[in-house]
Amino acid sequence: MTETNIDVRGQTCPVPLVECRKAIRKASPGDEIIIQGTHPASKKEIPMACEAMGIEVVEVDETDDKEWKIRIKR
Amino acid sequence: MTEKAVIVAHSGDLDKIYSALILGNGALSMGMEASIFFTFWGLQCLKKGGLGKGPLSRMNLLGLGKWMVKSRMKKANVASLEKLMNDYKELGGKVIACEMTMEIMGIKEEELNSEWIDEYGAVGTYIMEAKDAKITLFI
Repeated sequence: MTETNIDVRGQTCPVPLVECRKAIRKASPGDEIIIQGTHPASKKEIPMACEAMGIEVVEVDETDDKEWKIRIKR
Repeated sequence: MTEKAVIVAHSGDLDKIYSALILGNGALSMGMEASIFFTFWGLQCLKKGGLGKGPLSRMNLLGLGKWMVKSRMKKANVASLEKLMNDYKELGGKVIACEMTMEIMGIKEEELNSEWIDEYGAVGTYIMEAKDAKITLFI
């Protein structure tokens, strides 16, 4: 089981979603992916994409005003 | 069966090619399959070095508008068309090139970026792709 970190801070549509999808394709079942970003819409859309693909969203951390961190499990 | 989005890229305008590739990448990112059928002015974008060659669909102002929009996009950190195409291919997006356009415009296979192209086809190919698609768009 591995953990992959993806930093898409400062990136805009559709890059956060695309980078998340690329990481999911490369991951094996059980692997965790942590995506860190600033694009507001992606904070909602990454969990939407995970739901559509049946992938678990472990945590959405939005303690920072501008930044968010989403942990998902393949 | 996985849901599918099929897009016709008829326009080669810079802003519309952006739309087609963003939508294609979006569909793939949401777990769908995606195909883009490049035809007419859209097919020009598959030529070697042709991806960003088109004008803006409005306010092009002989290229001044395009230059301004491109510089604004750079400031906003918008991905390049090359990155969007590479991501689209990496995520398994399909590219279909219109054979009739090639014939009309005298475009040869070796003039196109063949590493992007999965299939050469005509209207029947599009219809067969689109008939069970959840989303189909003409851009």
